[in-house]
Amino acid sequence: MIETGIYNANQDVEIDYMELDRIIDQEFNNDKENLIMILQVIQHQYNYLPQASLLYLSEKIGVPFSQIYGLSTFYSTFSLEPRGRNIISVCLGTACYVRGGARVWERIQEILNVGAGKTTEDMRFTLEPVRCIGCCGLGPVVKINEDIHSRIGREKIQQVLDRYQ
Amino acid sequence: MQVGFFKDLEKITRDYRKKLYYPGGIKVNIGMASCGIAAGAKASFEKALERFPQGNGTQISQTGCLGFCQEEPLVEILGNGKPRIIYRHLTEDKILDAIEGYIQGDFNTKWILAQLRDPRSLLEDTIENPLAEVEPIEGIPFLEDIPFYSKQTKIALRNCGYIDPDSIEEYMAKGGYLAFIKSLSQIEPTEIINIVKESGLRGRGGAGFPTGTKWESCAKLDGERYVICNADEGDPGAYMDRSILEGDPHSVLEGMLIAALAIGSNQGFIYVRHEYPLAVKRLVTAIKRAEDYGLIGENIGGSDFSFKIKISTGAGAFVCGESTALMASLEGKVGRPRAKYVHTVEKGFRDKPSNLNNVETYANIPAILLKGGQWYANIGTEHSKGTKVFSLVGKVKNTGLVEVPMGISLREIVFDVGGGIPKKKKFKAVQTGGPSGGCIPEKFLDAPVDYQKLAELGAIMGSGGMIVMDHDTCMVNIARYFLDFLKDESCGQCIPCREGIVQMLEILTDICEGNGKEGDIELLEELATMIKRFSLCGLGKSAPNSVLTTLLYFREEYQAHIRGKKCPAGVCKALFHYEVDEKLCNGCHLCALKCPQEAVTGEKKEPHHIDQDKCIKCSICYEACKFDAILIK
Repeated sequence: MIETGIYNANQDVEIDYMELDRIIDQEFNNDKENLIMILQVIQHQYNYLPQASLLYLSEKIGVPFSQIYGLSTFYSTFSLEPRGRNIISVCLGTACYVRGGARVWERIQEILNVGAGKTTEDMRFTLEPVRCIGCCGLGPVVKINEDIHSRIGREKIQQVLDRYQ
Repeated sequence: MQVGFFKDLEKITRDYRKKLYYPGGIKVNIGMASCGIAAGAKASFEKALERFPQGNGTQISQTGCLGFCQEEPLVEILGNGKPRIIYRHLTEDKILDAIEGYIQGDFNTKWILAQLRDPRSLLEDTIENPLAEVEPIEGIPFLEDIPFYSKQTKIALRNCGYIDPDSIEEYMAKGGYLAFIKSLSQIEPTEIINIVKESGLRGRGGAGFPTGTKWESCAKLDGERYVICNADEGDPGAYMDRSILEGDPHSVLEGMLIAALAIGSNQGFIYVRHEYPLAVKRLVTAIKRAEDYGLIGENIGGSDFSFKIKISTGAGAFVCGESTALMASLEGKVGRPRAKYVHTVEKGFRDKPSNLNNVETYANIPAILLKGGQWYANIGTEHSKGTKVFSLVGKVKNTGLVEVPMGISLREIVFDVGGGIPKKKKFKAVQTGGPSGGCIPEKFLDAPVDYQKLAELGAIMGSGGMIVMDHDTCMVNIARYFLDFLKDESCGQCIPCREGIVQMLEILTDICEGNGKEGDIELLEELATMIKRFSLCGLGKSAPNSVLTTLLYFREEYQAHIRGKKCPAGVCKALFHYEVDEKLCNGCHLCALKCPQEAVTGEKKEPHHIDQDKCIKCSICYEACKFDAILIK
């Protein structure tokens, strides 16, 4: 396999190649048109896109690694670095923004002491801004993993975060 | 069973209509779209199901969204011969009491939003009103009369909130798939196109291209072609499509089937953004159910028409809402737009003719086919026909999804449907069209909602986001906000967009941070013109709109930032501070209790004081004060 050197992060995750092969072949017919969805499944499995899995995908599906790297960096969902156990998505859509979403965003950054797209050292949280999750009527909204917390004020944040370990 | 013939469909419609309108016992419909779930509907659902397991006479069911997000979780309770009541804010602690109260005929009016006068959709005018014989409850308003609903006309949202989105039979009970079966057996493809053309329906995704004309150009071409649904609803502040997909996915499938018949396609795609997992789930179920009934698949209804639908999910790129980028992304590539010398209708997905319409556009189609093009064209204005769904959000009392006839004024939407601005604040602007749109000030509030009119004002109809702003919103900061969004979302391949937006953003950031200087406004205007003229795709061409409209209508606010070094709205932190008005402050001490920095001090019943060195301008005191004693200086 080729060495790419694009990753800085620790890559000690073990890849289940049999499973990966099955996903590419059976769920997605080894079809290039399904690349984005295959990447979504890989990310769902490992919480990020491990380099080894992308190299395998590139070989298997016959798309140059450079293009797969292009996809992984073009689309904002994908992460090339391991992410925390809990993903916090703070909505900065317009409706949440005018209702104080930016202040919520600032406050969470203060509490966790990390910036956009970054993970806390203990791997507990990854913080990312998101542009609208379609709950505009209930803003400001913060999504943690699959839970949506609506009408969240600055003072409620700590209490909500405590529920996720 | 296959729905090959009218008779089969008619039977299902009849059977399920009975179940829908005359349930054996009590039926509880809990609004389980994303917004309902966010407000706690899932917990309510589980609680109700635990107390009333299926099969003991009280049926707990899920529905989509009734649109009134402000009042979620919304729950409707009905029973044979009893009124249909819509409860609001029915969280898990209240749901059982509400159901038991309903069973005993004891209605807690505090929890009630309204009762229904007529549950039929516009496609059910052939049947009697199931509530005609039911005695309404005195003192409870009818849903149809309360201001949020009275000015609405529901066509695209006709079933949202009234049926279980996972039940194809309930969709059929509301007149679903009749338009498709009719189109399949009785209407020639050219005639379908004529009906859609006659209706005057224009693309609801934003650009407003006439749908019938698009179908016609696609139908004329040779070879394989595709029907694609754009469900990549990327505009922040807009969630019409999510709500339709979550509440009535079959209406979209039926619209796509009819489009496929009209243009001669056998393969459909739905491109949904991955931020909408529930919409994807409901779509998957809907497609499976339609396949079970033989409505999607090979030789539908014994005809030679075959159609399949594949769902593709996006991965978080706003630009993929643009047609050429969307099709590149469908092909599994990076979603970069291309120049449209050749339209996607001719050469789109896989370089084949591709018909792309938005979710709401498709949802309108079955109704148009059944009621006729002329019927639809009778609603609205000269150039804008039918209705439009808006997500009415921001600083407005009644937030939610509203479907209003074209031609209604912005004032009616904001102040009648929306109930005006909360906390007695003053209206400042309404933003339509997402990042490509513009901000419309108060003096144009009487303008009708119409493609042309909104464009004349510098905004656009857009996909339907309508964000209301009050006097606490800084227009310079909002313009900066949109450019910051677009900077991240620009695909980066053409220089005017990639570099131009960054330059404009830097100037705006300087202005917001108090470093604005003379000439900045002119420079912004020059850059805006350049970006509009020379960008490759719609994203870049419309990117400066928010800056241009705010400069047009709120220029003095820019000048206040640049010359006066003041942010009149109290948003840009470098340009204002809070002060206590000693005459208005009665020393209630609330602000001091809430201040996270302990910057507010003062004895009770005495005017308080803010220590400017400690203050972080977080606005908590400003929002907490009930006496307007905290001033922005």
